Amino acid sequence: MKTSYDVIIIGSGPGGLAAAIAARENGAEDVLMIERDIELGGILVQCIHNGFGLELFNEDMPGPTYAQHFIEKARDSGVETLMDTMVLEITPERMIYAINKSSGYITLSARSIVLAMGCRERTRAQIMLPGSRPAGVYTAGTAQRFVNVEGYMPGKKFIILGSGDIGMIMARRLTIEGARVERVLEILPYLSGLTRNYVQCLLDYGITLQKQRTVSRIYGNDRVEAIEAVSVDEKWNPIPGTQEVIPCDTLLLSVGLIPENELSKKAGVLLDPITNGPYVDDRFMTNVPGIFAAGNVVHVYDLVDWVTEAGYVAGKGAAQFAQAEKVEPEALIPLKAGDNIRYVVPHKLDKERLAEALVRLQMRVTTPIEERVLVTVENQRGEVIARRGEPYARPGEILTMAIKPDTYQAVQDASELTVNVRQR
Amino acid sequence: MPQTSEMICVTCPKGCVMQVKHEGEHVLEVLDGCKRGEDYAICELQDPRRMVASTVRVTGGLHPLVPVYTRKAFPKPLIPQLAQKLREVEVPAPVTINQVVLQNALGTGIDIIASRDMPKSH
Repeated sequence: MKTSYDVIIIGSGPGGLAAAIAARENGAEDVLMIERDIELGGILVQCIHNGFGLELFNEDMPGPTYAQHFIEKARDSGVETLMDTMVLEITPERMIYAINKSSGYITLSARSIVLAMGCRERTRAQIMLPGSRPAGVYTAGTAQRFVNVEGYMPGKKFIILGSGDIGMIMARRLTIEGARVERVLEILPYLSGLTRNYVQCLLDYGITLQKQRTVSRIYGNDRVEAIEAVSVDEKWNPIPGTQEVIPCDTLLLSVGLIPENELSKKAGVLLDPITNGPYVDDRFMTNVPGIFAAGNVVHVYDLVDWVTEAGYVAGKGAAQFAQAEKVEPEALIPLKAGDNIRYVVPHKLDKERLAEALVRLQMRVTTPIEERVLVTVENQRGEVIARRGEPYARPGEILTMAIKPDTYQAVQDASELTVNVRQR
Repeated sequence: MPQTSEMICVTCPKGCVMQVKHEGEHVLEVLDGCKRGEDYAICELQDPRRMVASTVRVTGGLHPLVPVYTRKAFPKPLIPQLAQKLREVEVPAPVTINQVVLQNALGTGIDIIASRDMPKSH
């Protein structure tokens, strides 16, 4: 068995697949993708709904179709795979320790590594839901796997907590499969997921969404029998007298996703406490030389298309690093979150590389603005380098913007760049 | 009587809130949308359709189900009936991507196709 590779990618979801393909396209000799499941594709395998590929292919594909496109491309370009294999540890020297059933304990080394472990769902424990601990409380993604891949219905009468995209998509899916979704509750005063999902998943199927309302209690011993819903104020304090007990047998949680970085931490990769993902530069290299990160492991994206695009950038960077083409971090300047911006990815940008290719920024706003807004990238003197108008800005929907090579001159004397979103 | 309805376009992930002036099913003017939004508004008033994704049973496959979807947007009022129909469909592995699992669903002329390969279980 080969143990030394140019590029090793941890995870074979959309970020990992794109990174693997890009690594091969950019001259990496041997590229290995390590996947813990028995097949490639990551979470796309269970995302059977449509809506993928609109940005990259101008086509409306289901998740599995989108995945298969890239799986075939990766195979055709000679990417090697190690399936059913769990990575246990990564070192800053880019050693990888893993296990699987056929080879037992495996030690591998890579000239560069791309972290593509994706993200993980927040659970009941993380939102501190009170009440008993019966069966029938699942994260929305777990229920999605049961229903779409394994062929089990986790219940008959559902309450969904959280208006994230997976929660809304599961509300529709369960209804199509004959279950009843009593309610979707959202603690925030606004939707967490995309507006289109509110329309085509909830409105279309007559499912009620209640905002500023949450679950205050779970009833039942062996199995969920009911939940208590309550209204909350701006500070999420329950408002007395607004309780309602709703009979149900299953509670699904769609209360946020967290980048999965347990392996990254052990490798000495520093994490941004806001995104919960690594600090990255414009080619998605972390603070550890030769360790890159792609996709939801960096921050949680809205659209798979952007994950793929990020994977391509990271894979190209990893291939270049592996071939030691150029490593010159001197031109790196910080990209900062300014007015009404919660975070912006990447965290740093190489002024020199801007001459060759555009840099795509992804950011989330702090508070919603339901009017026309102007997104600006400014230098330390407040001079505008790039701007873009948007019809609105919502915390649930990522804003994206490109810094193009034609700003190369303007960026040269910048010591930092700040992104702002302001009302027009 | 012409009236204005608010409509959220679901054509792309932007989710524009459009103001649609219409007289019954006839669209007069669409504000705050693009060309695709206008098409959506016309369709939504006259013949609302949606892409539908679901699963059907597979025998002898890597997984017990294979994901499927409507080749084109499907008439919205018929979706519950389609869901019922798909519960009766069963196909043998292997299944290949784009394979038709239900032809001319409910007489709409729209085929239901597999959204991925489903190899035999090993």
